[in-house]
Amino acid sequence: MKFLSFKGGIHPPESKKATESLSIETARDPQKVIIPLHQHIGAPCQPVVKVKDHVKVGQMVGEAQGFVSAPIHSSVSGEVKEVAVRAIGGGREAVCVVIESDGKFEVHESVVSPGDYKLMESSEITKVIQEAGIVGMGGATFPTHVKLSPPAEKPIDTVIINGAECEPYLTADHRLMIESSGEIVEGLLIIMKAVGAEKGYIAIENNKPDAITTMLQAVSETPGIQVVSLQTKYPQGAEKQLIDACTGRQVPSGGLPMDSGVVVNNIGTAFQIAHSFRTGMPLVDRITTVTGTCISEPKNLRVRIGTSVADLIEQCGGYKETPGKLILGGPMMGIAQEMDEIPVGKGTSGILAFNENEAIIPDPVNCIRCGKCIDVCPIHLMPLMISENALKERMDEAEKYHAMDCIECGSCSYICPSKRPLVHSIRVAKSSIMAKKRQEKK
Amino acid sequence: MDQKLIVSSSPHIRDESSVQKVMSDVVIALLPATIGAVYFFRTRALILILIAVITAVMAEAVMQKLRKQPVTISDMSAVVTGLLIALNITAASAWWIPMIGSAFAIVVVKQLFGGLGKNFMNPALAARILLTLSWTGRMTEWITPGADAVSTATPLSFVKGQMMVPGNAPSLFDSFVGNIGGCMGETSALLLLLGGLYLIYRNVIAIRIPLIYIGTVAALTLIYSGFNFHYMAYHVVSGGLMIGAIFMATDYASSPVTSEGRIIFAFGCGLLTTVIRLFGGFNEGVGFSILLMNVATPLIERYTVPAIYGEVKKQHA
Repeated sequence: MKFLSFKGGIHPPESKKATESLSIETARDPQKVIIPLHQHIGAPCQPVVKVKDHVKVGQMVGEAQGFVSAPIHSSVSGEVKEVAVRAIGGGREAVCVVIESDGKFEVHESVVSPGDYKLMESSEITKVIQEAGIVGMGGATFPTHVKLSPPAEKPIDTVIINGAECEPYLTADHRLMIESSGEIVEGLLIIMKAVGAEKGYIAIENNKPDAITTMLQAVSETPGIQVVSLQTKYPQGAEKQLIDACTGRQVPSGGLPMDSGVVVNNIGTAFQIAHSFRTGMPLVDRITTVTGTCISEPKNLRVRIGTSVADLIEQCGGYKETPGKLILGGPMMGIAQEMDEIPVGKGTSGILAFNENEAIIPDPVNCIRCGKCIDVCPIHLMPLMISENALKERMDEAEKYHAMDCIECGSCSYICPSKRPLVHSIRVAKSSIMAKKRQEKK
Repeated sequence: MDQKLIVSSSPHIRDESSVQKVMSDVVIALLPATIGAVYFFRTRALILILIAVITAVMAEAVMQKLRKQPVTISDMSAVVTGLLIALNITAASAWWIPMIGSAFAIVVVKQLFGGLGKNFMNPALAARILLTLSWTGRMTEWITPGADAVSTATPLSFVKGQMMVPGNAPSLFDSFVGNIGGCMGETSALLLLLGGLYLIYRNVIAIRIPLIYIGTVAALTLIYSGFNFHYMAYHVVSGGLMIGAIFMATDYASSPVTSEGRIIFAFGCGLLTTVIRLFGGFNEGVGFSILLMNVATPLIERYTVPAIYGEVKKQHA
């Protein structure tokens, strides 16, 4: 079997052994959930419930504002205790609906299957996905219905389901592929119908041979769908690299996957779409991998949105040594947290606890111009040049070196023998360039 | 939870490589040639090597103290420079030759331009050129390997101005293993190649630069001599070509960072080396060639910025 890939990339230690063969467990029922009303890219939701309201599972608690937004639903049944600003992780705060569970998990009346997607128009399918509050569950949390609504002049012929899971440590998608392959294939078919694509790919890194076998069996009788084995390499699961590997197409600089006729969705998203079509249940839970050196018993957990991260860590036996760093997401692109009293959101693909030693930030020394950052950059940028210019506040120069094309995968910082904060300085350059552009527009 | 968590931007894991590891790899790669130098030229080689390395490291520490910067001699980069300087001088050198060379390389070429990674020329090569131009006689006083250490000539001096290898020249085999006169570390192509293989295996250098550099010299001397393979091989294993192509043209700081740029750089080095050797006033041209290409590096880099993923071709109206 030929393994597809892209040019560049790195091979960090996979660190998946602890959880890759553990079945998904359902997390303990939370006593209380804190559901942020901003769990997606786009405008925050407006609360539609108030304190003392009784809510049920699947009931909408936050209404989407505008097209690029996604509604938010309750993950438990019980009483609304608070609608207030709370910390939601990553140093951010948002209005949250705090619900005390009554432990009954009564399902709301609005939760009914929307019917057979095969009989639906594409716009009807998209509407179901929109109302189910589905967003990109790999971590980006971009509203899925927006992705599935390309303008008429940009026809989509290919849908890729991203099962690369190239971030070290994470195994949530891996387990989902093994345990729910049928739903994932169905999710893919629904997306293909929604965008009118004829070709579907399920792309998986070759470090998950069991997932590849399971998915191959699941698609054996479905024409138009192909399971693709990818070389295990980070960032194989980045949209642009995945499209390149599967189709040989490149997304034009500054463009979106739809500009090359492709839509990419995460495994978790595909599963959730099928689940919402079968049961009518909106996105109220997700799979997340709780792992890292500090976790006593790493697990893959099915978690209700709004459950406290601290609770989940406790269910995994708690911290076995003093944690130095807590990360939501993977170690390459995840976000370090200042505390564990934060809720799990729609994009929480993993919870990693590193020990104090792993948390040490290395001291940078001079760039030795080894060029490794150029070799590994999946976009073929010159990270050292962008970074050098950014640090000297020459943002125009940084832009000339295509700072805006950086996908912030962090491969350059990972490989740098001088431990320079490459991707960090490029992020600074990007936001500075964008701020300048916004000002020029005014 | 009351303990403090560290918050920093991603990525949260780093490769285990470090400048120290990279530089240590270069030192390890130079060990065969270093040991070879001591084997061929005995105690005098050992003393010169120690003087060069100690001077380089001390010069770095003193300069960093003066510049009020953290002292980074543990990164091993000064050791590499000192070692290269020692391997680039004749075993007949006076003790102060490597001392001046190392001090010049570290103080002027490296630290005055900003330290590690900021030197636009290879410090060891710049030192070699300085020494050769200042003390030409002493720097070209070649001796035979072994305890006798009598005066001799380098293999390249035999082929200078010739289109074939003269009968009285040292044998190709002696030149390959290093049983000849020349700079301490240049003489054995074999030992340098061993080091080069190690660097490639450790992913410190790409095979491209030495391969293209040496290949260019080989191709051009082959054509020049009317396809005399013996002549070509003689040029390839003699003089500073191996140490230059493997250890100096691959210097990160003074060669292009782009892969296309590195190809142009290596080809330029090979072309200039051959032209100087065949038509120039010197027997050897490796040092000058690499320094000239060092100077051209920013220009080469500017024209070899890689095309990015999904680059939209500029529309010409």
